[in-house]
Amino acid sequence: MLAFVIRRILQSIAVMVSVALIAFVMFRFVGDPVNQMVGVDTPQAEVERLRASLGLNDPTLVQFGRFLWNALHFNFGVSYQFRLPVTQLLAERAPATLELALTAALFALFVGVVMGVYCALRRDSWLARLFQAVSLIGVSLPTFLIGILLIYLFAVILGWLPSNGRGQVVKIGNWWTTGLLTTSGLKALVLPAITLGLFQMTLIMRLVRAEMMEVMRTDYIKFAKARGLTTRAIHFGHALKNTLIPVITIAGLQLGSIIAFAIITETVFNWPGMGLLFLKAVQNVDIPIMAAYLMLIGFLFVTINLLVDLAYGFVDPRLRVAMRT
Amino acid sequence: MPTPTPEEVKGLVAGGQSGLVARLLDSDVYASFRSSWMTMIAAAIVALCFIGAAFAPWIAPTDPFDPATVFLSDASIPPMWQQGGDPRFIIGTDDQGRDMYSAILYGLRVSLMVGGLGVLLAASIGITLGLLAGYLGGRVDAIIMRIADVQLTFPAILIALLIDGVAQALFRGMSRETSAIPVLVISIGLSFWVQYARTIRGSTMVEKNKDYVAAARLVGLPTPIIMIRHVLPNVIGPVLVILTINLGLAIITEATLSFLGVGLPPTQPSLGTLISIGNRYLFSGDWWIVTFPGATLAILVLAVNLLGDWLRDALNPKLR
Amino acid sequence: MSEPVISVRNLRVEFATRRGILRAIDGVSFDIARGEVLGVVGESGAGKSVTGAAIIGLIEPPGRIAGGEILLHGQRIDNLPPDAMRRIRGRKIAMIFQDPLTSLNPLYRVGEQLIETIRTHTDLSARAARDRAIGLLSEVGIPAPEKRIDGYPHEFSGGMRQRVVIALALSAEPDFIVADEPTTALDVSVQAQIIALIKRLCAERGTAVMLVTHDMGVIAETADRVAVMYAGRVAEIGPVRDVVKHPLHPYAKGLMGAIPTLEAESERLLQIPGSMPRLTRIPPGCAFNPRCSHVFDRCHVDKPEPIEPDAATAARENLMPGHLVACHLYTAKTGGTP
Repeated sequence: MLAFVIRRILQSIAVMVSVALIAFVMFRFVGDPVNQMVGVDTPQAEVERLRASLGLNDPTLVQFGRFLWNALHFNFGVSYQFRLPVTQLLAERAPATLELALTAALFALFVGVVMGVYCALRRDSWLARLFQAVSLIGVSLPTFLIGILLIYLFAVILGWLPSNGRGQVVKIGNWWTTGLLTTSGLKALVLPAITLGLFQMTLIMRLVRAEMMEVMRTDYIKFAKARGLTTRAIHFGHALKNTLIPVITIAGLQLGSIIAFAIITETVFNWPGMGLLFLKAVQNVDIPIMAAYLMLIGFLFVTINLLVDLAYGFVDPRLRVAMRT
Repeated sequence: MPTPTPEEVKGLVAGGQSGLVARLLDSDVYASFRSSWMTMIAAAIVALCFIGAAFAPWIAPTDPFDPATVFLSDASIPPMWQQGGDPRFIIGTDDQGRDMYSAILYGLRVSLMVGGLGVLLAASIGITLGLLAGYLGGRVDAIIMRIADVQLTFPAILIALLIDGVAQALFRGMSRETSAIPVLVISIGLSFWVQYARTIRGSTMVEKNKDYVAAARLVGLPTPIIMIRHVLPNVIGPVLVILTINLGLAIITEATLSFLGVGLPPTQPSLGTLISIGNRYLFSGDWWIVTFPGATLAILVLAVNLLGDWLRDALNPKLR
Repeated sequence: MSEPVISVRNLRVEFATRRGILRAIDGVSFDIARGEVLGVVGESGAGKSVTGAAIIGLIEPPGRIAGGEILLHGQRIDNLPPDAMRRIRGRKIAMIFQDPLTSLNPLYRVGEQLIETIRTHTDLSARAARDRAIGLLSEVGIPAPEKRIDGYPHEFSGGMRQRVVIALALSAEPDFIVADEPTTALDVSVQAQIIALIKRLCAERGTAVMLVTHDMGVIAETADRVAVMYAGRVAEIGPVRDVVKHPLHPYAKGLMGAIPTLEAESERLLQIPGSMPRLTRIPPGCAFNPRCSHVFDRCHVDKPEPIEPDAATAARENLMPGHLVACHLYTAKTGGTP
């Protein structure tokens, strides 16, 4: 077990270092930091002095080491656009994105599992067919189009929910801001969360459906039926538990995607999160923010992957044995 | 049999056009196509979109990007069946006075071109790397697959965005009009190659141990020739399915990038750009500017996905 | 014979497929009495397992019981509403499946699965159910049951898992058990133990058993009576010694000829030429006619029903009563000698 954990952690670190390498290459070679800082009329000597003071004349490996060291201390330099430390910019916007992503993930998981189970158990009912059709449309419609559709329906025509922004936010502690404690904040969260979660929801629904139908065909379900267990015990005790194990993995991994996909949702709803910041960085070639965001998303993905793998081991008794050996 | 055997694939690749068509009409795949009306409708829609895109300059009533024919006085005219509509503009005009119907046809052209080229680029990269990894094995395989693993941890849209950002930095001097299409094609190509590489690598590893490859090696054929002439035709089958399914994704990716403002500029709009423009007029009640491009995009992608789903099932003997 | 525990009367099971309706079971009848073991033999696809599934009410769409009756203690159970049938399953009729490796839910402890089953069918408290589960495990020969009860299925060997499966099947003291090839997936060394265990436990409790297998050796050792099935029909049924020693149906002869015995060591094992037809292509008349060496005109037209053979044959072969055969060779009119 310990060997497995250590091996997985080492793998994760290796992936993180390669992501850092990409971020470093971008940071160092694509957007020359000096060119961003100086004007056209800056004398060459001044440029050289700046270059030396930033350590850009050191060997590449030393620079990469420095980049890694700085990254470990959450130091990603200064944004070209805002002239502010990148870390500060990201930290200010992180709560908005995380609240949105978590709400969307919970929505996707809960609704997706319920719909998937229903579709698997009542395969031929009209509602199951409707869910199936909706799921096909769900994976075909681009996120931004769904967002526009929801805005048009619920904000423009019905006027029930706001179409942009986070509503009123409350400050918790030093830097965390939350919209979950005010009515306007909660209202503002509804449409973006649905938009962001819809794609993952259909994914989870299809997965749960396929997986559960597979489980319902297994011998242990047949044997459970032959023992006269109640339908409820078979469906929700035996089948669902076995279905949910692979679903946990995928759903966990999707959390990373949700945070990345938030870029689109945040743009549609003008949600003041990290995604919107990243998009502005791409539009304005603000390399430090792009590099930092890449590192951040990479870190999230790697961490989530790691946690899911470990959690898997705790849920499935068979794997606990496999891991010990 | 639904899965083409190596001989059949060789036939498809090398054989004449007539033989291919005859065999197609005779196949189970065609029979399953005929039996599903959803698939037939989807195919018809996709065909219509391709035709509309290919012949846009001839079909479209106006050239929406020729300043000489566009008048600001025609701006924001609703569809002809609404009050204030104008029979010259069937589904209305946008804020610049451009005919929406024509703009959609031209937008479709750009969307399909970028999506199609992007997917083809992705397939070429993926097939090449997959063949190399599978056939050569060892360190080449390890390096290629590690890159694939790292890339797979990120969603394609994020990678496309990053590549787009980097490419913009590199092409700084160039105008958006000239650089946009190549940048998008490259972004999509580099974001979607992993799936092809993995598939091709897997089947190449199986094929390379077969007798015909050993025979080719014994005759002393050089490795690149064996890979391209002998292994490739036998592993390329599943690529068709991935291509179709990815086309839908690529079109969405392009539309998303354009919507986010890092794709095609308003002077050279794709469906995504048109939606992005229309989105601004949603609150002023000019619903048609966003609705028609949006619906076109949705229906096109849905049809492509239906076709891809059907193709996957029809070619997968396990499901039948 | 007292009133049978289970009676199957002219059972027909059909499966709707894209290529039309498949009749998997076509007019099967038999009785099993209290404490009796009926062995059911035949090739795969002969309808042995489907018969078992039909009795326990687990024929799932696209399959359905298309005709006939199944009676438990004289009461029809084939037309019960699902929930009433569920109460009978496990409580009155239990089933043991072929593969112990896949019969147990891997995510639940053995004890959890036992206690769940016991409490579904009885009013026992959790405490009492656990005690009963430990008792059952010890009865099926699992050492240190009070410890093993908290183990997961993957911690048990194949033979031990099949013992757990048997304990699960017996947990509500059913009157009838369908054992569907209970030893096929096991090592040869443990097969005999498992068969002996089933036989002993059922004899102690007076449980009726339908033992589905394609192993004639197991049947000869274990069963009281045997039914030979072919293409969804009973070809021959009767007391086990009688059928094994004096098989009448040409197919049964071939099947019995395929058992190696000590006396007949030097003799070549008989083989039946050809293979069982697919259910889509069952010939009219007797389903065995394409492979039968005694085939005559009537076999192509008339479906033979299982009946007592003509008196001459019965006397010559010294047959016991209740030995039925579905073959035109033994109807009084033709009276041919095989």
